Amino acid sequence: MKALAARRHHRAAPVVLLLLALLVTGGVYAAFAPSPAEAATTSTSDIQTGKELFQANCATCHGPAAEGTANAPSLVGVGAAAVDFQVSTGRMPMAMDGPQAQAKPRQMNEAQTQALAAYVASLGAGPAIPTDEMVDPSKGDPANGMALFRTNCAMCHNAVGAGGALSEGKFAPSLMQTSNRNIYQAMLTGPQSMPVFNDANITPEGKRDIIAFLDQQHQGSAGGLDLGSLGPVSEGLWAWVVGLAIMIGGAIWIGAKSS
Amino acid sequence: MSENHPTNPSTEVGHAHGAGELVHPERFADPGVPAHKHRLTDTDPKAAKRAERIIILLFGISALGTIGTLVAYFAVRPDGTTPGVRTSTILLGIGLAVSLLGIGFAAIHWAKALMSNHEYIDERHPIESSPEVREVAVVALQQGVEDSGIARRGVLKGAMVGALALFPLTVAVPLISSVGGDWNVSKFRHTLWKKGVRLATDPEGRPLKAADLTVGSVAHIIPDVPASFRQSEEWISEKAKAIVLLVRLNPEDIRSEQRKGASYDGIVAYSKVCTHVGCPVALYEQQTHHLLCPCHQSTFDIADGAKVVFGPARRPLPQLPITVDDEGYLVAEDDFSEPVGPSYWERLK
Amino acid sequence: MSTATPAQTKKNAEPTTPAGKAADYLDQRTSIGVAVKEFARKIFPDHWSFMLGEIALFSFVVLLITGVFLALFFQPSMALVTWEGKLPQLHGQLMSAAFASTLDISFSVRGGLLMRQIHHWSALIFMAAIVVHMMRVFFTGAFRKPRELNWLVGATLMILGLAAGFSGYSLPDDVLSGNGLRIADGVVLSIPIIGSYMSYFLFGGEFPGEHIIARLFTVHILLVPGLILALVGLHLFLMVLHKHTQYPGGGRTDKNVVGFPAFPVYVAKMGGNFFFIFGVLALMGATMAINTVWNYGPFDPSPVSAGAQPDWYMLFLEGALRLMPGQAEIVTWGGYTLSLNVLVPAVIVPGILFTFLLAYPFLEAKVTGDHREHHVLDRPRNVPTRTGLGVAFLTAFIILALAGSNDLIATHFHLSINEITWIFRVLIFLGPWFAFWVTKRLCLGLQRKDRELVLHGHESGRIVRFASGEYIEVHTPLDEQERWLRVNYEAHKPLELAPAADSRGVKRKGYSTEKRWHRLSRFFFEDRIEPVTPAELAAAHGAHGHEAIEAQHDEHAALPAGAQRADQER
Repeated sequence: MKALAARRHHRAAPVVLLLLALLVTGGVYAAFAPSPAEAATTSTSDIQTGKELFQANCATCHGPAAEGTANAPSLVGVGAAAVDFQVSTGRMPMAMDGPQAQAKPRQMNEAQTQALAAYVASLGAGPAIPTDEMVDPSKGDPANGMALFRTNCAMCHNAVGAGGALSEGKFAPSLMQTSNRNIYQAMLTGPQSMPVFNDANITPEGKRDIIAFLDQQHQGSAGGLDLGSLGPVSEGLWAWVVGLAIMIGGAIWIGAKSS
Repeated sequence: MSENHPTNPSTEVGHAHGAGELVHPERFADPGVPAHKHRLTDTDPKAAKRAERIIILLFGISALGTIGTLVAYFAVRPDGTTPGVRTSTILLGIGLAVSLLGIGFAAIHWAKALMSNHEYIDERHPIESSPEVREVAVVALQQGVEDSGIARRGVLKGAMVGALALFPLTVAVPLISSVGGDWNVSKFRHTLWKKGVRLATDPEGRPLKAADLTVGSVAHIIPDVPASFRQSEEWISEKAKAIVLLVRLNPEDIRSEQRKGASYDGIVAYSKVCTHVGCPVALYEQQTHHLLCPCHQSTFDIADGAKVVFGPARRPLPQLPITVDDEGYLVAEDDFSEPVGPSYWERLK
Repeated sequence: MSTATPAQTKKNAEPTTPAGKAADYLDQRTSIGVAVKEFARKIFPDHWSFMLGEIALFSFVVLLITGVFLALFFQPSMALVTWEGKLPQLHGQLMSAAFASTLDISFSVRGGLLMRQIHHWSALIFMAAIVVHMMRVFFTGAFRKPRELNWLVGATLMILGLAAGFSGYSLPDDVLSGNGLRIADGVVLSIPIIGSYMSYFLFGGEFPGEHIIARLFTVHILLVPGLILALVGLHLFLMVLHKHTQYPGGGRTDKNVVGFPAFPVYVAKMGGNFFFIFGVLALMGATMAINTVWNYGPFDPSPVSAGAQPDWYMLFLEGALRLMPGQAEIVTWGGYTLSLNVLVPAVIVPGILFTFLLAYPFLEAKVTGDHREHHVLDRPRNVPTRTGLGVAFLTAFIILALAGSNDLIATHFHLSINEITWIFRVLIFLGPWFAFWVTKRLCLGLQRKDRELVLHGHESGRIVRFASGEYIEVHTPLDEQERWLRVNYEAHKPLELAPAADSRGVKRKGYSTEKRWHRLSRFFFEDRIEPVTPAELAAAHGAHGHEAIEAQHDEHAALPAGAQRADQER
């Protein structure tokens, strides 16, 4: 015990504790985090459950028949993909008004989300939730994906999907943590400020290629730490706060009188 | 140069010296160089020995770093993949850094701990040369001028100056005449767009039909040209002027257009080249119909004739008039009615 | 110099050691002995801030070393090729040979990516070190006579550094730098009358054409580095000729230089510093990714990515372009377009900033009317207006650089980019003015504190009571070195203005010009704090009537009977 007590007073003890705590939290999260369930088959009971969920959680803004109000758009014809995107990323139900709905921990579980999606899909034809095969990066061509991403996506989401600013406080979110299914759905449905990229504009294969390109980014950067992949501004900042700071520190050491 | 003796500084600089007890000098007197303080390594041979051992160790570490770099170079072949290149870069770089930092730290520590740290004083002299030297220099120049006789021979002087002034033209004229290509700056005015050219997706070059676009869609468009042309070097310069952003709005959302009938069923096409300094403007916000330039944040309202609503651009983006052909494909009705891209002096001429 | 004949040389002792023989051989052919005699034990003052320029110099050496490596593999050509490298996201794509060779350097040449990254980091550090070095020179007044010309050389080096950086940044022919060139083209086009011809001059036709990469390559590896090398040589030659400046202190005057000999101390310190700086750069290149061109992809005029910015030293231009409202673009008589919305931020603003930098030494010389040589540096507080102007300049530079990063500020602090832009539009006018005012006041405050210290000494925390019941705190007078540091400066007075008319009542020529200079001089030196004089110090001691107490050794203080001494920590 004494040894332990001594170690508790060690200078590094808080750091070690913090790291341990982070590790444990991460592990627990990994164990219990919601895993994407397989696409549920639509049934009438699902639609009924979905309707009830809609009345309880969504109708205030979107109207009792999802016809839309002054505050929120109509959901007739948006399709299951839009519902799954908005609800599974936690953007809907919206917690507070702001420039745009932000991703947050999801409030409905997978089954509830599917039921809600089934209900909204039953109101009018719209894009369906993509299958696992449609979003499988291993089946895509990253080179074509990069070409498409550069032209259609990078101006808002940055060259590798680190996110970027839009006008008036809106922003294009980072895609680093976004699931492949959500990426596909976003292109298909054009949530909020994002335009729609339907299948005639970017083909389903093209969308999968884009996912394959973004998946490549999970390997990290060939050059080492990616510094947030934000481009020259962050590089400049690091040049000053790391590089030049160390060199000036060195100069101070060289210039200091030895004791 | 004289070694400094702190107790009796060699240079005493006081602007004024106290003449007596009662009269204070105008300025304080320079107290001279502060007393020299000995380092631990000067007084304690053990400390000096220790410093020496550290320096030797540092040089040794540097040599190990070099060896490590060589081992990494031969042992880790980058395979061209991201993780492989990263491993190779890190290993080579760390080895190089250890090799360099070892020498650096060793040399600096040597200088600081073991080399004499007695301060010396050098005299400074005025930078200007002494009057005697100046006199000799002036005489030398005068003699030279005299010998050349340039002052007496006015026509010769004129001829020389003229020849020297003219000769750079022999280099400048050929250079300048070729360096700007054909100097035909009216090329800014024309793009590949003309009546009947189909609108194709960028980068694949797939022609689009009006029915392909749903409301809220955005498509990045290039003119439909043969694929072989798109692989030629000239293509990039043409593409730089011809890029277009195609947006489908609700027809009732369109408040104004630059030309009557330029749109087709809510589909509008605007040049993607910013009228500020030419970045591709492409951040389209579906809900507000605002188009934002990521370079300098000029914001254009697509629903209102692409007028500027914010930022450093002044002019709306030029609109490309479009319609559909017999097969339902979107086609241009004409070229842009004004030069695309940044403003220039004779733009309106 | 050397008039010794071979016969005379022979009379000297024949060298016996190998080193001696080599030196003898060399000296007989080059009279290198003269140079060694002159420079080996030349004295340089020591201070950490004198090594900031060294950081710039050594980063430049690293740039040359890594640059040679890169130049051997780089192909400055815009011919289109299909890249067959392994990276999946670019495999089989059509791109320029320049971009393809950059990818090959990164992914197939062993150590190539390391060299590329060290090269780019060195470039960022090179410019940063130049800026910090210039700040040191400016704030300490090291640009004064006789060093005004060397200041010009240095400022030109900074501008050349910008040119080197921008031309190198564009070489890989990627989307990011291609859009940088597009912006440069837009700026060139805005130049009145000759704009479109200037654009053709640069690009050999329309943007981007097929020539720009090869042209920038020549600029980047021959023209600019050649000029930089020549000017660095001149810069160092003048530094040695003038002998280095020194900070004020005991025994340091305008007539001497106090420090350590070049050999061995500075040979070791400078040599060590080179390896240290190269080592830090190697560490950065090894672990921190920079300019990941494989993510931006080959240049294509259509795409652009969020966070499209130049390297940091160009951010001020980018920021100026972002802040300028578009309304400034006007159509002049005759229907010609004058793009003031581009000209003002991209040409006039940097013009003003650089003119201020280049002209400042001459401006200050004029308003001080001082024609002496200065080799002892100023403490920044002792020249409040100069320090204030310098901080105002930096503030403007930083505000513009932040404005150039406004999109990243918006996303990272969840702000509206439009609001940020408006705030910076206001700040660019108020910020520098406010910074000047605060800095000048701070300097004057510090000077007053120095006076206070000299006159009354350090607070010792010891309270003494006299028989009369009066309490005082004993102040320890400054030792003479400390005092000298605080009194050894000159507070310039505004120029005296001669009367407008001469004795005969005739108005003098050039009077109004002189009056303007006089007004500027007053702006510089109206507020000033004079250093303490010996008379003032004596008077301060006399006024207290406790001279004895304030003497250095209070054991001798004649404490009145019954006086209590309380040792108290404040």
